[in-house]
Amino acid sequence: MNSLSARQKLLWALIAVVVVVYTLWPLLSILATSFKASSDINSGNFLPAQWVGDNYAMIFTGSANTLFLPALRNSIGISLISTFIAVVLATFCAYAIARLDFPGKRVVLNTALGVSIFPVISLTTPLFNLWRQIGLYDTWPGLIIPYLSLTLPISIYTLAAYFQQIPWDLERAAQVDGATNWQAFTRVIVPLAAPGVFTTAIIAFFIAWNDFVYGISLTSTSAARPVPAALAFFTGASQFETPTGAISAAAIVVTIPIVIIVLLFQRQIVSGLTQGAVKG
Amino acid sequence: MAQITLNNLSKTYDDGFTAVRNVSLDIADGEFMILVGPSGCGKSTVLRMIVGLEDITSGELLIDGKRVNEVSPRDRNLSMVFQNYALYPHLTVFENIAFPLRLRRNRISNEEVDRRVREASDMLDLNEHLDRKPANLSGGQRQRVAMGRAIVRQADAFLFDEPLSNLDAKLRGQMRTQIAALQRQLGTTAVYVTHDQTEAMTLGDRVAVLKKGTLQQVASPRELYEQPINLFVAGFIGSPSMNFLPAAVEGDRLRTPIGPLQVPDHVLEAARGRDTVILGVRPEFFEDDSFVEAGARRMGTTFEATASQTEWMGNEQYGYIGYEQDPQLKGLMDELARDLDQDEMPSTIVVSLDSASRIRGGQPAKFWVDTRSVHVFDPADGSNLTRDPEAGAELTAMAAEERASEISAAQH
Repeated sequence: MNSLSARQKLLWALIAVVVVVYTLWPLLSILATSFKASSDINSGNFLPAQWVGDNYAMIFTGSANTLFLPALRNSIGISLISTFIAVVLATFCAYAIARLDFPGKRVVLNTALGVSIFPVISLTTPLFNLWRQIGLYDTWPGLIIPYLSLTLPISIYTLAAYFQQIPWDLERAAQVDGATNWQAFTRVIVPLAAPGVFTTAIIAFFIAWNDFVYGISLTSTSAARPVPAALAFFTGASQFETPTGAISAAAIVVTIPIVIIVLLFQRQIVSGLTQGAVKG
Repeated sequence: MAQITLNNLSKTYDDGFTAVRNVSLDIADGEFMILVGPSGCGKSTVLRMIVGLEDITSGELLIDGKRVNEVSPRDRNLSMVFQNYALYPHLTVFENIAFPLRLRRNRISNEEVDRRVREASDMLDLNEHLDRKPANLSGGQRQRVAMGRAIVRQADAFLFDEPLSNLDAKLRGQMRTQIAALQRQLGTTAVYVTHDQTEAMTLGDRVAVLKKGTLQQVASPRELYEQPINLFVAGFIGSPSMNFLPAAVEGDRLRTPIGPLQVPDHVLEAARGRDTVILGVRPEFFEDDSFVEAGARRMGTTFEATASQTEWMGNEQYGYIGYEQDPQLKGLMDELARDLDQDEMPSTIVVSLDSASRIRGGQPAKFWVDTRSVHVFDPADGSNLTRDPEAGAELTAMAAEERASEISAAQH
């Protein structure tokens, strides 16, 4: 490939800046708002007149903490559990899809695809009724199960693609070297698939973490209500005040885990571990 | 140490395609057996059936007399070097070589693993690379790691699946001699798949030539070269390949496109009674007439022709002489060409001349052809009409003796 000319570089840099500003602007705005005092919210200025932590104090220790803290706990717990289950199930399923020829393989793939494109909102009413009758309404499993329907299909698809690009000869070599199928899977395939599994886990976690529709319609109390749903129940310090500051602070707090995860795992996501397995 | 026996091995895939048909082969303990043939001849499939990565449709596979058709790869105690090396990218060179040892059910102590890996790495010159990852190694080094993984287990046999085809020409030559030396040193049975006839000739104690899943001939390289069983083997073994000319008996000579040739009586007898036969002449049977010694001249025939081109290689040179192809044989020749992975058989004779020869393209010149070892083939089925099985068997027996003496020399 030819290296870019100075003009092209400039053009790309410009486009990149526009995209970055466009995507980060709302986030910065929320960040700025979260540090504003309640009197400052409607000032129309982008930056707070004075940087205060009132809003954070309110959601963690103040009036909103009974709403926010349980919601945070619910969000973290439910998202982690549904991610974990989705990734473990998807790893086996995707391995089978990538490596084995079994009847019904296409059915599994097509079902996964069908489930993932099914509109979430059309499921909530029947689920609401069903969950209430069998006692899953407003419980963790009551959210984990529907979340799996969102996270499993995409996990299966990503991981199957990832397994398919691991050279088959590696498993054959392991078998000839004396490994059982399970040993070949755990000692060769899983370490090589680790970047793919991490990527998948992160995507699955984001999906569960960001869900709003199931969160708001299948819960009623802080027993299971996740943060995105809980934000809607925030109220201001008095009924004449909008809870904008508190909502902004909560939004920043729920963004932090995502940022941490990406920073932690970006090496695994980026590194191409399979390099050098076969002649490059 | 193992003896591997293939009894009528066949492989038919689910889609009905038969890749291997009734292959029977007896691989002796310590023997270096080559499976060779053009792409798609089933040679890799045979290897994979031996190692257990491919199910056997019918027939029997015996290792040391025991049927192993149903035994899983890990219990066959064979080791294999893959074409793409199949090194584990997440493990260091040391751990790659140690991998088979770490899996053993009868736990091997760490000291023993260490000792055996170092022994293998000494043998393969890998000591300074033990801590590196495969991604940081050159092609030749990766190849050696793959070999190390194969030898560290003290397996009953080594299986090689085109191990050198990913290396450049020079490295390939080096690795070839290294593999040969290693096999002699360890005295382990080896089965080696290649499409390269040079590798087949140089490495093999015996070579099995396959075509479209059928075994054509199993013999020492010399026997294949001097007493090929049919057109296919004759055309496949040797580089440049054997020339095939239409020929017919005319009095006491053979009429060919390059003129009537004086041939030995047994050749003439074999050709008699048939309209046309195919005469097989190796390039090195030809010579520039002026370089032929007086004593040898009566062993062949001098003819005049115009080479379209000559190529000077330093130690010898090649001349190319065009001729008119017999239209009757065109179809057969093109089919043979397809079997040999070529598009069509050029109607050109390749001749090898002394490097000092001044014959140049475009000018008529006098050539001489030694006809003592030519063969004639039946155009109907391609079989060799002048093959001398006894002479061939003798050549293969000689190779077996040489193997025994080479192994004992390498191990002492």
